[in-house]
Amino acid sequence: MSDEELIQVANEVRKGVVVGTHAAKSGHPGGSLGAADIITYLYFEEMNVDPADPRRADRDRFVLSKGHCAPALYAALAERGFFPKDDLESLRHVGCHLQGHPCMNGTPGVDMSTGSLGQGVSAAVGMALSAKHWGDAYRTYCLLGDGEIEEGQVWEAAMFAGNRKLDNLCLIVDHNGLQIDGSIEEVNSAMPIADKFAAFKFHVIELADGNDMAQVRAAFEEARSVTGKPVCIVAETVKGKGVSFMEGQVGWHGKAPNDEQFEQAMAELAKEA
Amino acid sequence: MADEKRIATRVSYGETLVELGAEHDDFLVFDADLAAATQTAKFKAAFPDRFYNAGIAEGNMMGLAAGVATTGRVAFASTFAMFAAGRAYEQIRNSIGYPHLNVKIGATHAGISVGEDGATHQCNEDIALMRTIPGMTVVVPADDVEARAATRCAYATDGPFYLRLGRLAAPVINDPENYEFELGRAIVMREGADVTVVACGLMVAAALEAADALAVEGISAEVINMHTIKPLDGETLLASAAKTGRVVTVEEHSVIGGLGEACAAVLCEKNPVPVRRVGVRDVYGESGPALELLDKYGLNAEGIASAVREVLA
Repeated sequence: MSDEELIQVANEVRKGVVVGTHAAKSGHPGGSLGAADIITYLYFEEMNVDPADPRRADRDRFVLSKGHCAPALYAALAERGFFPKDDLESLRHVGCHLQGHPCMNGTPGVDMSTGSLGQGVSAAVGMALSAKHWGDAYRTYCLLGDGEIEEGQVWEAAMFAGNRKLDNLCLIVDHNGLQIDGSIEEVNSAMPIADKFAAFKFHVIELADGNDMAQVRAAFEEARSVTGKPVCIVAETVKGKGVSFMEGQVGWHGKAPNDEQFEQAMAELAKEA
Repeated sequence: MADEKRIATRVSYGETLVELGAEHDDFLVFDADLAAATQTAKFKAAFPDRFYNAGIAEGNMMGLAAGVATTGRVAFASTFAMFAAGRAYEQIRNSIGYPHLNVKIGATHAGISVGEDGATHQCNEDIALMRTIPGMTVVVPADDVEARAATRCAYATDGPFYLRLGRLAAPVINDPENYEFELGRAIVMREGADVTVVACGLMVAAALEAADALAVEGISAEVINMHTIKPLDGETLLASAAKTGRVVTVEEHSVIGGLGEACAAVLCEKNPVPVRRVGVRDVYGESGPALELLDKYGLNAEGIASAVREVLA
């Protein structure tokens, strides 16, 4: 797909985020919107996946370690054809497959159940290790939050991946600078992020604008070329990207748009399309 | 109990992993820097390329094992019970239990019989923690024969599996020639009429010893080896309780949340009979030789016999 086409898809994914969280009357639109471009690139350009056979053994894997951004993952999976887009309106409803945080046994296309921060990345490292061990060609991608990396388990996982030289693993840190209680600096900053992953023996790619599709492409192309080390893309993103009143606002971490805000958000996204 | 042979169930586990390794190549073994103690070092020596040391990072080890299991393979993960069920509880719950992955947790050094290392290492809470996780199988082998069978069962059974293993050499009470392990099916080790003694792990041998002593006093004790704590064999328990009308449970674990409470729940709901629970009574352990500690905390034949006399009084 061209960058232009990917930008259009990302816009559809953003609409799905707004539709889902509005229908759920809860959820995490801010981070989901900020990560929409990266997740879109992964599912529509980077990864080898098959909506007709979601568990195909040779598929590339994606672990949403920051599981609260499930609305973006779900919107991308629906857009890609893993399940009907209408399902997005059932997000977080009793009896629906779209759980508040990803559930691999419920939702087609979800490769790992996540939500408890710091845990998804360990599973992603395990997937990459499994591929190395048995000589499988698939790659594993894992999206982490910049608040999430305050969890010690992230660094346990990073240490293992670096020491084992898992070059079939690509982590992406969604660096939007905000977490629930405020900016990451106010709460308990994990900065400098790039230096830390470099110290853990990763090839680090600093993605200056993780909401710019051309830059996203360049980062993943570089990642694919790396051998002998796992890769960490530190992606600067804007939380709430694409919906003006949510952009850069910590208050939109875990709050759903009301009817009025929903209309405004959808109108803004319609203009983009 | 003429057979005086004693083998720690962790040793049986380590040796069985090696056997399984020779038979199957679809599983990996993880440890967290305790391979010599957990006995996974035996597997490492036999199959060095299929053993991965996660280092002193138990939470990550559980996640690594989960990730491997998502790819259709099996992963064994070993450390001490304290650092598996205790430290990594939430990783087991969310990354292994919730997605129902094929991870087999070989947790050694369970209970107070860890001995000299003391309270920080004596996990008397792991059965309670693990049995609350939906879909988790929990097995506590009584001896070498049972531990070998249970390890094989763990490999062959779909889903998360917690294997509780001991550091201390345990008397071999089962005959390998005619022993059969059936998951979720308790074994009546000795038939009796007056009281049912339900035990697991190291305490099965102690219960048999207690039954011998009680027989001298004219008390006929039925001894049940409840090797599978979850799913619990309520049928065998209820049949025995219907016959004897009295139950004593015995475990090298806290009386809170373990075998005793699991049995008591079944009995309360289906056939309330007087119950006494022998176990660690809501206290931390301490340092000392394992056998001395077991005596001090009443986890021996004498402690069981006195609970039997109490429930019959």
